[in-house]
Amino acid sequence: MNVSSSSGPAAVETQAGPAISSVTLPNGMQVVVIPDHRTPVVTHMVWYRNGSADDPLGKSGIAHFLEHLMFKGTEKHPQGAFSDKVTELGGQENAFTSLDYTAYFQRVAREHLRTMMEFEADRMTGLVLSDDVVAPERDVVLEERRMRTETDPGAQLGEAVSAALFAHHPYGTPIIGWMHEIEDLDREDALAYYRRFYTPENAILVVAGDVTTEEVVAHAEATYGRIPPRGEAPVRRRPKEPEIRAARIVKLADPKVEQPSLQRCWIVPSYTTAAPGEAEALEVMLQILSAPQTGRLHKRLVLDKRIAVAAGGWYQSTAVDPSRLLLYAVPLPGTDLDTLGTALDEVVAELARDGVTDKELQRAKTRLVADAAYAQDSQASLARMYGSALATGSSIADVEHWPEAVEAVTAADVMEAAKKLDPRRAVTGQLLKDEAA
Amino acid sequence: MNAPRATTKPARYADRIRRVTSASGIEAWLVEDYTVPIVALEFRIEGGAVQDPADKPGTAYLLSGLIDEGAGPYDSTAFHERLDDFAIELNFGADRDGFSGTLRTLAKHRGEAFEMLRLAVNEARLDEEPIERVRAQIAAGLRHESTDPDVMANRAWFETAFAGHPYARPTKGTLETLPLIGREDLVAFRARVLARSDLKIGVVGAIDADTLARELDRVFGDLPARAHRTEVSFGAPAGLGTRKVIDFDIPQASIRFGGPSIRRNDPDWLAAVVVNHILGGGAFSSRLFREVREKRGLAYSVYSQLAPFEHGSIFVGGTSTKNERAAESLAIIEAEIASLAEKGPTDEELATAKKYLTGSYALRFDTSTKLAGQLVQIQADDLGIDYMDRRNDLVNAVTAEDARRTAQRLFGDGRIFTTVVGRPVGL
Repeated sequence: MNVSSSSGPAAVETQAGPAISSVTLPNGMQVVVIPDHRTPVVTHMVWYRNGSADDPLGKSGIAHFLEHLMFKGTEKHPQGAFSDKVTELGGQENAFTSLDYTAYFQRVAREHLRTMMEFEADRMTGLVLSDDVVAPERDVVLEERRMRTETDPGAQLGEAVSAALFAHHPYGTPIIGWMHEIEDLDREDALAYYRRFYTPENAILVVAGDVTTEEVVAHAEATYGRIPPRGEAPVRRRPKEPEIRAARIVKLADPKVEQPSLQRCWIVPSYTTAAPGEAEALEVMLQILSAPQTGRLHKRLVLDKRIAVAAGGWYQSTAVDPSRLLLYAVPLPGTDLDTLGTALDEVVAELARDGVTDKELQRAKTRLVADAAYAQDSQASLARMYGSALATGSSIADVEHWPEAVEAVTAADVMEAAKKLDPRRAVTGQLLKDEAA
Repeated sequence: MNAPRATTKPARYADRIRRVTSASGIEAWLVEDYTVPIVALEFRIEGGAVQDPADKPGTAYLLSGLIDEGAGPYDSTAFHERLDDFAIELNFGADRDGFSGTLRTLAKHRGEAFEMLRLAVNEARLDEEPIERVRAQIAAGLRHESTDPDVMANRAWFETAFAGHPYARPTKGTLETLPLIGREDLVAFRARVLARSDLKIGVVGAIDADTLARELDRVFGDLPARAHRTEVSFGAPAGLGTRKVIDFDIPQASIRFGGPSIRRNDPDWLAAVVVNHILGGGAFSSRLFREVREKRGLAYSVYSQLAPFEHGSIFVGGTSTKNERAAESLAIIEAEIASLAEKGPTDEELATAKKYLTGSYALRFDTSTKLAGQLVQIQADDLGIDYMDRRNDLVNAVTAEDARRTAQRLFGDGRIFTTVVGRPVGL
């Protein structure tokens, strides 16, 4: 990773990062290799360019449910055989589903990479599902939803806020799916979804670790490479979000809420949809607002006004479609959420109106760019960083040049980015105690 | 190009770990490595929440939140701005048994980073403003957690199982005790506990031994030589064979279960690790995972783990399952524990567990931060600088008889103490 140098005490000088390479197999599967020779282990990941936002209408949760079902065995390797092999080799494995992608990974000693590739390639096309395994696994997913959402008012508010923010686009539907739709998902739904998306053209292999490009490509050709191509990659068919010119307030009051909180969110460009530099400016702007102890929200709401115990935010920048940016604040006892919201708006408006100091700007960039350097310490983090970027439409070069793009953000860019956070179009979430109950 | 590259036998870990001793006698274990231009440091001092005054639980935790809230010439804001200006990551924490800190810095800012660590460790100001602010933050967290079923089940488990022992007290304190902790309590705790005795340090990255030795003296050299900890008795969980149900209006029951375990320095420790792995360890092959999740779909998460606390070693586990099937889940968990206690694992389970535990060992320290933590843990457990090389042989040496004996020692007659939060049917 080449990082441009700049002035200031924390300027990041050019530092050699791993030499990432990428090739595409004849069947269309992309292969990415990230060398890390410090320990004789590898992280093997396969990413599919489909996530919950590609669930068919009325079948919410199918991407995530299929991810669970992918552990149920194939014609060649019956249920448990893959996991037993991973365990026997002393490996770790898991999978995750996001809005835009689904990924499977194993971490093993380097000499077992080929074995993992054989098993993972096999389950790209060989999945076998019977109702006997589908039914209990659906119960597992329902318990997962109960654990994460049905017992947590904060999570329920989060779902309602997302549904309000994305009135039409599927980012408004929870990744795990709505309870009543998960209950109806069956074997056929899973297989139909599987056949549509689990293809070499739709997959990205990411291998990070103590390997060379040549050996990974050779193994990939002998495993994934044998899967016949489908002719073209599946198309993501998603409705576009309309421009909604309204502020929306979503309130959830529950007797279980002992600590109220406030969130405001907006739809903003993602790395994939943004103009050059636009998403980086949003990142820098957010860092200036929300850095844990030095951000403006903390300084104004927590330190100066003493109306909040904490304040911050996040930006889901790695996404196929326009995505969300969220700010939050947790009130001190005695502060009502409307007052807190007004104060939060003032901090944002001030940034949009008066801009930033050079010191603030440099501090935010330093902190962001350092994350790219720290990421080099973890092959698993690097694999995730590249996998998620590629699965959402960014390129390897985009990731490699990200530090330079961050360094190029100007004070004027930050002001422009802050103007995107218009309170007249924000969706506000209020988590409140239901005092009447 | 089809043949995998010949596997080079990894060098012994012990050859890479260097014991660095400073002029004033402070020891750290160092793995010098310039592959990535960063330095990671972790330290741990014995004496965490267990050293809180009996009427002021949460003291250590509050102190850990204040150590980086202004030190030396810098007030809280200036301190954090300086950390951000150099992209230095500095964090402190307190758990039941210890007070710890982690530092991560780009190699080129190492000097600034160690200076910030020195200031925090020695000259934390403990100003009134951050005390009240951090206290309010912890209180907000406590309010939030007070209706989190998982946290509720865990707190109830420790309160009852360790009644009368410091482990019954919550690490973060309570909404009632938090306001009682004054600046003088924080100062007293710091003076009593933060000392060079029982200080363990692990360092990984772009730093040589001589430089580290000098930095060790600079950062830790002015700490008092000896801590003055209160004696803490060894506790064992009570209530075995009983259940405590806490009524809470949610559709799913959150369950915590556990019992006594053996200590970290027990000769059967690694046999216990093997047995626990078979019962409910991390892999998809554990008995609890297979019986509770995979076969019956009763839960998303089900696990057990060993918690070798300094003053009371336990095993604990948990799951969350809908109220209507909570009794069924718990019956299966109890049956699996009883069966392991009575018969021990099968030969196949034993062999698989050993393969997993030995094969996955290296994955535990594949980053600088994780390796630094591992170096601290091995020192704290007094296992010797060559432990990482010996550990897999020790796991492989666990026999079927060892596993059976240890399962019996761990689970006895199979009785456990259980807390349940929710509206479980039939419990």
